Amino acid sequence: MIELRHVGKTYKTADSEIVALEDISISIQDGEIYGIIGLSGAGKSTLVRCINLLERPTAGQVFVDGNEITGMDRRKLLRLRRSIGMIFQNFNLLEQRSVLRNVTFPLEVSGVKGQEAGRRAMELLELVGLSDRAGFYPAQLSGGQKQRVAIARALATNPRYLLCDEATSALDPNTTRSILELLKKINQSLGVTIILITHEMRVIEQICDRVAVLGQSRIAEEGRVSEVLINPRSDIAKELILPEKKKGCEIYGGRRVRLTFHSAYSREPLISRMVLDCQAPVNILYADTKELGGEMYGHMIIGLPAEEHEADRILAWLKKSPVEWCEEV
Amino acid sequence: MFSEMLIKLWENGIILKGVWETIYMTTLSSLIAYIIGLPLGVVLSVTSGEGIRPIPWLNRVLGLAVNFFRSIPFIILMVAMLPVAKWIVGVSLGNRAMIVMLVIAATPYVARMVESSLKEVDSGVVEAAQSMGTGNQQIVWKVLLPEARPSLATGAVISMVTILGYSAMAATIGGTGLGQIAISYGHQRFQPDVTWCCVFLTVIIVQIIQELGAWTAKKIDKRRRG
Ligand SMILES: Nc1ncnc2c1ncn2[C@@H]1O[C@H](COP(=O)(O)OP(=O)(O)OP(=O)(O)O)[C@@H](O)[C@H]1O
Ligand SMILES: [Mg+2]
Repeated sequence: MIELRHVGKTYKTADSEIVALEDISISIQDGEIYGIIGLSGAGKSTLVRCINLLERPTAGQVFVDGNEITGMDRRKLLRLRRSIGMIFQNFNLLEQRSVLRNVTFPLEVSGVKGQEAGRRAMELLELVGLSDRAGFYPAQLSGGQKQRVAIARALATNPRYLLCDEATSALDPNTTRSILELLKKINQSLGVTIILITHEMRVIEQICDRVAVLGQSRIAEEGRVSEVLINPRSDIAKELILPEKKKGCEIYGGRRVRLTFHSAYSREPLISRMVLDCQAPVNILYADTKELGGEMYGHMIIGLPAEEHEADRILAWLKKSPVEWCEEV
Repeated sequence: MFSEMLIKLWENGIILKGVWETIYMTTLSSLIAYIIGLPLGVVLSVTSGEGIRPIPWLNRVLGLAVNFFRSIPFIILMVAMLPVAKWIVGVSLGNRAMIVMLVIAATPYVARMVESSLKEVDSGVVEAAQSMGTGNQQIVWKVLLPEARPSLATGAVISMVTILGYSAMAATIGGTGLGQIAISYGHQRFQPDVTWCCVFLTVIIVQIIQELGAWTAKKIDKRRRG
């Protein structure tokens, strides 16, 4: 288990102080895939680096498996880092080393003998589907392949945790999907706990169990992915989850309602029924359905009619219906 | 077509000896300058603010010393360092003194070259190594130096060419080589063709160093596709 308690990070520059993180308390359970989502500059990279102390928090404590690592001496910390793998947006492979020797790098560092290291590295390349590229150099690989090598390298020392800092942000949607599938496979077959940083909701949707939404340097909300997706409470979460809604809303001047459908009744023609029952027209501004862990859920934003009493009729109807809804402001 | 002097120098093998001495001086001085300058460059880069182990005071002291020697023109440095040469090799004239001068002048230059090569290494790669629990020493040996190899090779070529240039000037304190031939036969005895012959041979040596260096740098660089 990884636990952050009241972690804060302030960067001091020549003439100012930049608060990158403030009072972050989260705990990540073994075996889960934990997502952290936020806009650019929110502090995501800083947060994930506080977990293996590539960045020193300026406040609070970090615990890994119950041991406080913020107070550890350097030798212990170096050893601990071998149990926390990390992959990056830019892959960060050693350009002058072959694929195989990139994967053996962490093994060399931790003193594993050449032959043994080579064997282990081949196993890992097999796992990520690149055993035929062992002799290649990073410059000869595609972005997706580079990230696979980076994943193999991060797993070489059998870490229990894997930190991913925007690991798919430099990749196209298809490659992103296949890398995420690989991460899921690693999570399930090797039991590696994954902490994944991203600014893309679809990444969270595809593989995460729980998610923390990072606003400006603070956790805005946290919970199971399905809960946060279906019912985002913070403004920042709404913005991340329904990014397209803004445009439609700006165009439409009147009152708006956001509806959330669960799989239980997503097959019923609710909108049609509402319109028929209320005898009032509505504007559909945004609609989307998604599959999350095998369940369907949907979002819809409707514009209420300008006539006051018609709008009230619709709201009254919604109050009695099983749909979750709230009025947008 | 050629002056008698040039023909005589050629027939006596003095010119070829000069070529050999220039190559020998340059290579030996470069080697020694790298033996001292490479670690110095590593320390400069590692201890800098963006380095893996910032030590501001050490970085400042070394940086100042390097800048001090780098800002003195070679010809002045040479004169000023005569007593030092005498102290180190026992003489203040001739090839041995000259090597001392060349090393004193070239080492700070080499150190800066090495420093800038190491700073070119992507900080993300260093960070990745750190995330795997790599200690600083291993980062130097297994990440910084190997990743900077092509750039180090290119830097070595530039350093060698600079040292070769210095070696010609060192003829004024009794060093040998093409510079000395150009000065004492070409210049002082008014035989321009001797001077031009030395210029020509120097250009060829420089060219060979350049080509060899560029070829090596390219050969060892794995960043290209194909
Ligand atoms: N070394 C540093 N010195 C000063 N400020 C920094 C430093 N590193 C990060 N910051 C600041 O901390 C804040 C958070 O940065 P961080 O890189 O964690 O954001 P992020 O959420 O990862 O953004 P992105 O999605 O663009 O990668 C930013 O305002 C940034 O300017
Ligand atoms: Mg970032």
